[in-house]
Amino acid sequence: MSEAAALPPGEHPARGADPHLAHHFSSLERQVDASRLGMWLFLCTEVLLFAGLFTGYAVYRYSFPIAFAASARTSEIWAGTLNTVVLITSSLTVALAIHFVRTGRQRAAVVCLLITLAFALTFLGIKAIEYTAHFHEHQLPGRYYRFEGVRLPGASMYWALYFLMTGLHGLHVLIGMSVLGVIAWRTSRGYYTPHYYVGIELAGLYWHLVDLIWIFLFPLLYLI
Amino acid sequence: MRQSEEDREKLGAPPAHDSYLTDGTTVMSWLNTRDHKRVGVMFLAAVVFFLFLGGVFALAIRMKLLYPGPFLFDALTYNRLFTLHGVTMIFLFMIPAIPSAFGNFVLPLMIGARDVAFPRLNLASFYVYLAGAVLAIWAMVHGGADTGWTFYTPYSTTTPTMLFPLLLGVFVLGFSSIMTGINFIVTVHTLRAPGVGWMRLPLFVWSIYATSIIQVLATPVLGLTVLLVALERVLQFGIFDPARGGDPVLFQHFFWFYSHPAVYIMVLPGMAVISECVATFSRKNPFGYKAIAFSSLGIAFVGFFTWGHHLFVAGQSVFDNGVFGVLSMFVGIFTAVKVFNWVGTMYRGAISFKTPFAYICGFLFFLVFGGMTGVALATVALDVHWHDTYFVVAHFHFIMVGAVIMAFLAALHYWFPKMFGRTYHEGWGLVAASLIILGFNATFIPQFLLGNNGMPRRYYQYPEHFQALNVASTAGATLLGFGFVIIFIYLLIALRWGPRCEQNPWRSKGFEWLTESPPPTHNFDRIPHITQDPHDYRTHAPSGVYADV
Repeated sequence: MSEAAALPPGEHPARGADPHLAHHFSSLERQVDASRLGMWLFLCTEVLLFAGLFTGYAVYRYSFPIAFAASARTSEIWAGTLNTVVLITSSLTVALAIHFVRTGRQRAAVVCLLITLAFALTFLGIKAIEYTAHFHEHQLPGRYYRFEGVRLPGASMYWALYFLMTGLHGLHVLIGMSVLGVIAWRTSRGYYTPHYYVGIELAGLYWHLVDLIWIFLFPLLYLI
Repeated sequence: MRQSEEDREKLGAPPAHDSYLTDGTTVMSWLNTRDHKRVGVMFLAAVVFFLFLGGVFALAIRMKLLYPGPFLFDALTYNRLFTLHGVTMIFLFMIPAIPSAFGNFVLPLMIGARDVAFPRLNLASFYVYLAGAVLAIWAMVHGGADTGWTFYTPYSTTTPTMLFPLLLGVFVLGFSSIMTGINFIVTVHTLRAPGVGWMRLPLFVWSIYATSIIQVLATPVLGLTVLLVALERVLQFGIFDPARGGDPVLFQHFFWFYSHPAVYIMVLPGMAVISECVATFSRKNPFGYKAIAFSSLGIAFVGFFTWGHHLFVAGQSVFDNGVFGVLSMFVGIFTAVKVFNWVGTMYRGAISFKTPFAYICGFLFFLVFGGMTGVALATVALDVHWHDTYFVVAHFHFIMVGAVIMAFLAALHYWFPKMFGRTYHEGWGLVAASLIILGFNATFIPQFLLGNNGMPRRYYQYPEHFQALNVASTAGATLLGFGFVIIFIYLLIALRWGPRCEQNPWRSKGFEWLTESPPPTHNFDRIPHITQDPHDYRTHAPSGVYADV
């Protein structure tokens, strides 16, 4: 959100010192506050985006409790559990990256971000193995559902929600990976300092949200 | 003129220099601008274009309805036209009209800021809007859709028309709306000038702030909903398909969870404009400042719990119907609080009956009648009679066209000197305002009667005994169209040849008039220190002084 625009006439000359400070903010603290608030509002919109699918899940779980429970038992629980561990650990490495930038250890921060990216890739890899298995067994939404294991009305709805929810979440993992990639590159170029690291902080917030949504998806789709 | 020069001397501002309009005149300097004022002007041009397009669709519909039987075009074209009219007017005109065009221009000026918090995001919002508009136009050119703007399932998941790109367009437009909302909330929180406390925010800012909250919290649900319908069309997941255990009514819940608050995304900015104009043209402090400010937040809050009144006949339980009916009536209370306070502001004020004031009068009339019919429609027993008739059409056009267009035109005339530094022809302004208010009543009052007599909405043909009222309605729509053409002509003339105006032609004490008209690129040479409440007409001192920050 920072841009070093030309100073307007009559502007205080000392303001020109910090290249991160945009022309319309009176201080860097104010500008960082604005960026943080903007990010939290954006996270609200993300929560509401998923809220629709969670509502859909609640409605159809209520309509087809037995089919949903039976279908959830046929999901790849080892993969779900492993992915939960992977994602929670990746949240830790992002938090560590912010800590390292704050204490001026850029190289350690870059390493942490790269480890986070590796975890994200692992998550998607495991998800791909799961998807392949489901395609193979015809555990698919709507009219594509041909799974012999569960033949109950509403089972295809479980898989519709499964693919919609994990698909939308997977898309967010991809977006988070691109953001973290850019942040890692910027960190390696020394863009962030112990005094100005809001970009990496916001990327971390986004990653924690992606993590948090998975923590809700895991019990709903695998455990209950 | 003399007063504004005195103001300038008192404020110790340097002499006039380049305005935002002359600071860079190449096309690229506009397309690549970070200036909230230029983004606002570009939004204004875009929404005026879509107002014209949606208006043409509306006139085409009205022309067909001159005759009860088939006339001019076939039934499918008629269905496409009312769908495109709805989609264009709601998603491309009304939702961005006041917040993105006027809000962008005046909100930072009103709080003494140099720009919105995220200028690049602001420009991106405009381009995302254009991308959504292009998708929608592409869908229109390739045959359009025939579902109505509400995209109800299961018809929307099976119709062979070009619904997919239209749904994508609506999805993309949602992003633009969210970006603007986030930007305004953060701007109000972090960029207020010294002296602008929360209880000193201009009422326009309060209402836009409430609007932004709805934009941020409701729009994602619409995004998800249209995405689900689009996926359903392509992949047949069965989410809304009863044959696969899906529930089409769930779609209605999702859709109205956004689309009812969206009514307040459209009308709250209108209330924002009226709150400013009433004080300026009555030369009186806003009566009940806090009541007006908090009723905006009240409408934003209650607006999230009223969506069920669209489902009274969709098989909702009697208990839910009752609850949603009562909650919907709360909106009427908050709206009435505003109306009484506006009238209280006018009472014993020194009213100058300029064009914006004419639109204020129109706004109050339409809002009160639209609002009262709304309370009637929230009563379940009455709604069963009126549901999906022209009564509903007339009701929401009273609010969304009547009130919102009046406010849009009031804003256009009120801030025209602020935006372009020129004045329009006052006489023609009043002529057009009278034509529009008259034409509007002639269009929609017959529709109340038609609906009450049982004429359903969205039907291509109707029984012959409804013809007289339909002809009256079409005549009114034509009058309305003429009014818009007149406005368009005299404002274009004013833009090029209008006499240059002073800094504050209305002698308003709104904060946006503290800077020059048109404002310089960075709005203020030095950030003003605000020393009074907005619209404090009890003193002659300027509302703020320039302080070194």
